[in-house]
Amino acid sequence: MPLSSDEASRFADLLKEHAESLTARWVELAGASLRGRLSSAELRRQLDDLRKGFEQAMRSGSAHLTDEGSAELRAQLAEISGHRARQGFSATETAVSIFALKDAVLEALGNGDDAGTLRDYVAFSAFVDRAALFTFDSYVQVRESLIADQAEQLLELSTPVVKLWDGVVAVPLVGTLDSARAQVVMERLLQTLVDTGSPYAIIDITGVPAVDTQVAQHVLKTVVAARLMGADCIISGIRPQIAQTIVALGIEFGDIATKASLADALRYVLNKTNRSLNTKRTER
Amino acid sequence: MERVPVLKIGDILLVSIQIDMEDQVALQLQEDLADRIVATGCHGVIIDISALDIVDSFVGRTLATIASVSRVLDAETVVVGMRPAVAITLVELGLSLPGIRTALNVELGIELLARSRQDELTELDFDEDEPDAAAVSTS
Amino acid sequence: MSDEGQRLPVTTDQDVVRVRQAVRTFSVAVKLSLVDQTKLVTAASELARNTLVYGGGGEVVVTRVQNERRAGIKIVFADEGPGIVDLTLALTDGYTTGGGLGLGLSGARRLVDEFEIDTEPGKGTTITITKWCR
Repeated sequence: MPLSSDEASRFADLLKEHAESLTARWVELAGASLRGRLSSAELRRQLDDLRKGFEQAMRSGSAHLTDEGSAELRAQLAEISGHRARQGFSATETAVSIFALKDAVLEALGNGDDAGTLRDYVAFSAFVDRAALFTFDSYVQVRESLIADQAEQLLELSTPVVKLWDGVVAVPLVGTLDSARAQVVMERLLQTLVDTGSPYAIIDITGVPAVDTQVAQHVLKTVVAARLMGADCIISGIRPQIAQTIVALGIEFGDIATKASLADALRYVLNKTNRSLNTKRTER
Repeated sequence: MERVPVLKIGDILLVSIQIDMEDQVALQLQEDLADRIVATGCHGVIIDISALDIVDSFVGRTLATIASVSRVLDAETVVVGMRPAVAITLVELGLSLPGIRTALNVELGIELLARSRQDELTELDFDEDEPDAAAVSTS
Repeated sequence: MSDEGQRLPVTTDQDVVRVRQAVRTFSVAVKLSLVDQTKLVTAASELARNTLVYGGGGEVVVTRVQNERRAGIKIVFADEGPGIVDLTLALTDGYTTGGGLGLGLSGARRLVDEFEIDTEPGKGTTITITKWCR
């Protein structure tokens, strides 16, 4: 049941009138569940800001949290959730802090037991519920972006492109390759070819336990892209199971050079470059 | 209409495409190059596309045509400096630029031209007594 | 968010270049990855040229879009040309009526996340593509 504008303005008055005692009680209730991990001064500051946010939203007659008048409040809620998520509080703890406002407000309403007050309170309570759920959502979003950041950092750690010889770079792939990682690795490989001016790249997949169609496709596309750029790719370290999979999946490696080990691949490349050097020398 | 300049360096014509070409400009370049190959008697063409942030099928086709026309006029074409993002996009687009030789940069492109020219000469010289020499040419 | 959209006519070669540049600007603004930028601009270039060559000219509208999770770019190519008679055939790799490589439509479709085509013989063609940030 949404708040009527009358109700909203009554709550705005209430939040203003009892500002002092409400915030104090709210801090007390919310603080209990946070078990002293946030200083009460900081909690007080946060919650008092939030109280003002709620008051403002009520004053502007917001019936829903999604209304224009609640924009400020939403921003505050999102900010608090972000803080909590980074400080390692759980999503529940964050939401409970908001729910505590309901208790504080109920106490402030006193023991007026007429049906009108009750109806008001139920509507306001629904509004607070929405706010708490909103913090829950924001919390999850922040955590997701934290995880994404970490995944990206991991990606950078785990995908070195090394220079093996003059004009030869290698990417030793280690661990399971998902599509996203395969893509990043391949983009980096191509960029390294440009940066170092290396016409040969060895993709070593000794450390890759399994390959699926998508990953194989990525590798293939990279080889083709490298060729378009004027570089040759050699794939080394294909394990027996992976060779089986590749054939079973019907993936055509075509004329792409594959070698058993990184050493074989390097020998192959050096042979090729030497031969072209020799051709140059025999020329009279 | 803008025009892409064609520079002559020794036995090589160097084209560095620095602008986002209108289709008409690309076609003009195709004509200019054919004229210059004949006028200069050069045997190599290097087209530097490192400044191009995209190559679509039209530009791809123009490059392929330039390569074919040059070959008819006895000049080898090497496209150099394709950006990784461009290469990835071309693969996705399904454009494999058959018949175009590529190198990572101008320097490697010049090397490639020199090598293939030598291979050609070597082939001529050793065709009879040293059949292996022909197999040496890079794939 | 239509106020953020940009409307460009496509009646000359130069307009195709302008479409590419506009799409590039939008792609940078929504922070598409470099590869995705390149893919989108290339797709836009193909389709804008189709609008010009096969549709006899038309209009391109570039808009920034947003769903719950991601930002993206939507581009609409509209012409009032002859339309496409056999859509399946037109979307086949290598099929062309205009002397091109026949990769425009089918290739562009592979470069974007969403691809819609609305065409009727004699009534023109409208193609809508969308690319989302990862």
